[in-house]
Amino acid sequence: MNKKNSLKILVGTIALSGLLLTAACNKNTEQSSNSMAEKQAAPAPAATPIDPSTVATVKGSVKFDGTAPKPSKIDMSQDPACKGSNESENVVVSSGDLANVFVYVKDGLGNRTFDVPKDAVVLDQSGCKYHPHVLGVMTGQTVQIKNDDQTTHNIHPTPKDNREWNESQPPSSPAIEKNFAREEIMLPVKCNQHPWMKMYVSVVKNPFYAVTDKSGKYEIKGLPPGDYTIAFVHEKLGEQDQKVTVAAKETKNVDQNFKAAGE
Amino acid sequence: MACATLVVITAGALVTSNDAGLSVPDWPTSFGYLVKVPHFVGGVRYEWSHRMLAGTVVSLTLAIAIWTLLVEKRRWLRWLAIGAFCTVIAQAILGGLTVLLFQPPAISTAHATVAQTFFCIAVAIALFTGRKWVEEQPQVEFDRRRPTLSTLTWLSIFVLYVQLVLGGMFRHHGMSWWPHVLNAGIVTFVLSWTAVRAMSVYSKIDAVRRPAIIMLSLLITQLCLGFTAFLTRVAWGRSSVQPELPMVAATVAHVAIGALLLATTVVLAIQVWRHVPVAVEERVPQAQQDVSAA
Repeated sequence: MNKKNSLKILVGTIALSGLLLTAACNKNTEQSSNSMAEKQAAPAPAATPIDPSTVATVKGSVKFDGTAPKPSKIDMSQDPACKGSNESENVVVSSGDLANVFVYVKDGLGNRTFDVPKDAVVLDQSGCKYHPHVLGVMTGQTVQIKNDDQTTHNIHPTPKDNREWNESQPPSSPAIEKNFAREEIMLPVKCNQHPWMKMYVSVVKNPFYAVTDKSGKYEIKGLPPGDYTIAFVHEKLGEQDQKVTVAAKETKNVDQNFKAAGE
Repeated sequence: MACATLVVITAGALVTSNDAGLSVPDWPTSFGYLVKVPHFVGGVRYEWSHRMLAGTVVSLTLAIAIWTLLVEKRRWLRWLAIGAFCTVIAQAILGGLTVLLFQPPAISTAHATVAQTFFCIAVAIALFTGRKWVEEQPQVEFDRRRPTLSTLTWLSIFVLYVQLVLGGMFRHHGMSWWPHVLNAGIVTFVLSWTAVRAMSVYSKIDAVRRPAIIMLSLLITQLCLGFTAFLTRVAWGRSSVQPELPMVAATVAHVAIGALLLATTVVLAIQVWRHVPVAVEERVPQAQQDVSAA
């Protein structure tokens, strides 16, 4: 190989890498046009009517049996803009009441369809923490993501069935609006700038869902009479199901207990 | 270039250990700019530094490739310099794909593997261009044992690559930890065999004995670090809410020493090829043997 040929090969390699770099730069533009296309998807079929005079309510509380793990303190010193104290939220128990359990009607609604709510649900980032820690949303419903911190976050859902994305959000920037096209329970969302920041979005096709509050309570209203499977899903403790029959106008109490892992 | 590459590998290990790989969502720009320093907090510190250091290594490699093409007389070394530049470009593209495709385990593992391949090429270029290599008259001793030491060094490189892929897949959530731990046993056996053979049979050849001693020392260090990384990350740190200092320190050191171990094994293989060539017995047809016997 003479020196001229060697230089030609080197110049060729540099040119090829330049082309690949340009192609990579264009990828972001393509991605945004793809998401625009998703927004312009075909309209959903009309919702199946429900007689409001017959609707029932399912409510109850979720308990934790055994010794609850102590929440771990989070060290946020790597970003001075992350103010205040913070601790892990993976198992939040207060006096035996279990918070952050996603409760939804898993089965029994047949082929009913439901209107997607026009109101957006809000996911806030404040104190380098997600509020709420577990969020329920219907497929196609808008999730409005806000940043109230004086630092940049990146919002990165890691779904199994939906499209993955990763966007950064500087302080004081406008809210990011997204939606999820497919049903997916406990879809993890994280921030790679602040590795302790984790939350879960549960995407369902029906409006019959709730998340237990600090006292472990939940309430699902407007359910047509029928036989249902109610699922209780926790990020660490897994899923438990209950079969329930509700009559017209009935308010049914459905409680659930979770045990500590290994008990 | 080899030292700078080891720094980039360590910086890359810090990115993965701090789960900061996607803290800068765009590529090849960082938050829309090629070199503008962003708000230097959280995961951005690791990812942005890694990108800038990697950019420096790409520039260094280009400079060395051009210099080699202009000055170097050995044709094969000019090819190696071009190979180094192609490898570093492939590595940069793999890094970009890792970001743009949200860290698929196969691509992230390929990024980790090509990084160490490039490090070995950089170490080899340093070896071939060193004064000792150019000026020394090789002390040659033929190898009549089977398997040959050369075979053992190549087998060592192979099992280390397998270990690198298994470790990368585990680290990037594409595989469980046990294949990596299981293969650690095979690596220990093959590398110990190679090092003991080199140290005992060819102890008079400095160029072979020295890398063999270093390889064995690095192997022992690497096993201790692997055990510590397993304890801190898998056994104790499974439910950690954030990367903790002991697990980050252990895994980053495990990656850096792993890279040094692979590069030392490559150096040993090169020195064995130079100093301990395989003795090939001359094949004499049976008829000629009978005649000469008579």
